[in-house]
Amino acid sequence: MAQTSPSTANPLLRLWRNEDSRGVIIQILTMVVLCAFIAVIARNVVINLANVGKEFSFDFLMWPAAYDIGFSPFIEYTNKSTHLRAAVVGLLNTLLVAFWGCILATILGFILGIMRLSSNWLINKISYVFLEFVRNVPVLIHILAIYSLVVTLLPSAKEALDIGGGAFFLSNRGFYVPSPVFEPGAGTVGIAILVAIVIVIGFRRWAKRVQDQTGRIYPVLWVSLALLIGLPGITFLATGTPLSWEIPVLKGFNFKGGMALKPEFLALWLALSYYTACFIAEIVRAGILAVSHGQTEAAHALGLRNNRTLQLIVIPQALRVIVPPLCSQYLNLTKNSSLAIAIGYMDITATLGGISLMQTGKEMETMIIVMGVYLVISLTISSFMNWFNQRIKLTER
Amino acid sequence: MAQNQAKQAYSPGTHPDLPPPVRTTGVLGWVRKNLISSPLNIVLTLASIWLLWSIVPPALNWVLAEAVWSADTRKECWALMGAPRDGACWAFIRGSFKLFVYGWYPEPERWRVNLTFLLFAITIFGALRENIPGKKYWLMFATAFPFIAAWLLLGGFGLTPVGTQKLGGILLTLVVAVTGIAFSLPIGLALALGRRSKLPALRAVCVIFIEFIRGVPLITLLFVASTMLTYFLPPGSTFDLLMRVLIMVTLFASAYIAEVVRGGLQGLPSGQYEAADSLGLTYWKAHRLIILPQALKISIPGIVNTFIGSFKDSVLVLIIGMMDILGLGRARLNDPEWLGLAPELYIFISLFFFISCFGMARYSLSLEKKLQTGHKY
Repeated sequence: MAQTSPSTANPLLRLWRNEDSRGVIIQILTMVVLCAFIAVIARNVVINLANVGKEFSFDFLMWPAAYDIGFSPFIEYTNKSTHLRAAVVGLLNTLLVAFWGCILATILGFILGIMRLSSNWLINKISYVFLEFVRNVPVLIHILAIYSLVVTLLPSAKEALDIGGGAFFLSNRGFYVPSPVFEPGAGTVGIAILVAIVIVIGFRRWAKRVQDQTGRIYPVLWVSLALLIGLPGITFLATGTPLSWEIPVLKGFNFKGGMALKPEFLALWLALSYYTACFIAEIVRAGILAVSHGQTEAAHALGLRNNRTLQLIVIPQALRVIVPPLCSQYLNLTKNSSLAIAIGYMDITATLGGISLMQTGKEMETMIIVMGVYLVISLTISSFMNWFNQRIKLTER
Repeated sequence: MAQNQAKQAYSPGTHPDLPPPVRTTGVLGWVRKNLISSPLNIVLTLASIWLLWSIVPPALNWVLAEAVWSADTRKECWALMGAPRDGACWAFIRGSFKLFVYGWYPEPERWRVNLTFLLFAITIFGALRENIPGKKYWLMFATAFPFIAAWLLLGGFGLTPVGTQKLGGILLTLVVAVTGIAFSLPIGLALALGRRSKLPALRAVCVIFIEFIRGVPLITLLFVASTMLTYFLPPGSTFDLLMRVLIMVTLFASAYIAEVVRGGLQGLPSGQYEAADSLGLTYWKAHRLIILPQALKISIPGIVNTFIGSFKDSVLVLIIGMMDILGLGRARLNDPEWLGLAPELYIFISLFFFISCFGMARYSLSLEKKLQTGHKY
């Protein structure tokens, strides 16, 4: 007690010794330091921009972007379009490779994860070696290596590999596939597909309610499949098959018609997919191992057949463990797709953050937009993840 | 009947153990159990053997048997093989090996790089060994290592100064990776504590920082470093590109470390926090003596994983034009004498990364196992 009395005499020290007031002081200091830091940086930015005669504005988005983008499957783009349009093309390309990458990565990841759990020694070891090798080498090297393989190993367009009846061609100009041509009446089929989906959702809900109340089980899967295939199929025939395929044909040095998957897209897509798949495989493996064997045994004891056990007991519990890290892998894949710039695939980092930045000299503005776009994508995926976590959270009693 | 009679010769419980059936032991038992236990497994085994047979011998042939180890150009390489590209031309890697390791570091000063590599090896050895006498001094040396290395590599204070643009190849890769790793740990720790703090303003700042960094790709941060960061500095001052990149790489890694450490802090039973409080320990004492030692122990595997990630991410500096091992290798590919030897280059660089990262991963795994035995909650 004696040693505290001299210090309590000092009011400042007393304030510091009080936990609540100390907290307030620390926070005020933090904010002051932070604001001062931001103010200094803002001041530097203003002075530096004035020195080089630049102005902070987003007007440049409306300037014509005088460069070509070789791959714009969704919207029209020429080198007379604006920087804004170039940015949108880039964003769509990012989303395209991310979407298909996530799908392929999930499929490969589940296959590899199950191979890793196989009781077959050879399968187990082969997948182990593959996983470890791929996981421990930077994704950029995978992308560059696959790209150089695609470009050097595949034949030129003249000697393109014909894989599948003169309609699918693989060459170093890309992978050519027939493109669908919609004729009048195709819209009706589209509506039929939507109607089928709505009916299936309604039917599943109704069947679940009936099962909950009476225990009667309807063959939901078969009915759904029949609806999904049958309804659009009948409409398709009834409206006189309003769809034809445009087949790629070799003309001169390259193919005309059809859809082309450019080598840049192919390389990026494949490399990102198998790289991410190796991480997903570990997640899947951990998720399946996390469901204790007692659960399977209990299900069998209740008289459930093997596939029902898997469907009703094992998979729902494994998914609870798998989905959150799976989502963060999707996020990683999307962020890694920015490496497209290394092989010249025009994603948002390459268009807006690369060429537009160099041409207009608007470093700040372009980088702010690019980062903002990635942040929005990240926040969207992680908010979905949170929503899903809430939904499937174990309700403990 | 004969068996029954043999059994009767023993009183119950005294029969010596029979050897297990031949079919369940030894090589035969192993094959039956692991390769041909069911029809599906037989198919899978045959498919795997076919796969290995069609990949491994040709690959080995290309990589080793037909490979050429010394030549001056690719044409010479190909002349030494049956047909061009029949084997790997490792002469390319051998010829450029010094460049790949040292970059453009001046020839007479390369002993400094070698000394740095040696000190690095000693640091790693000392910091990782469990039962090494004087562990405290080893750790102090490990903390001082980045500064000693910076002095050795860049010069000054009695050594000839060497510009950062002279760094390249494996040396630059290691500089980027090790700096990121060394400085992200303390910053990440501070961020994690900030995010767990009871003070809302402090917490908000940390959350915004962490989520921002984790939400954008590293490549955009590197673009910021190479194009935009100079605007943030006082007018007239310049800042070395390598330094700017190192700052960004460190900040990037520290956000991920922060999340890993936060996981460790949350994974600690709340009883530990309460026990520390009931002993009357202050915030800092409680963290230093009770919370952090345990939380860091739990998060070591995650921290090592972040380190591996940061090591792999260091190749991204090539995109902003820095000549790390990958950038330098790709520049060499454009040399007319070695045109088109991409497979050799990528195999070499992949092996370098695989050995480094797989080593770290194995270490983390062994550490995880060791730590698990010590804790039974």
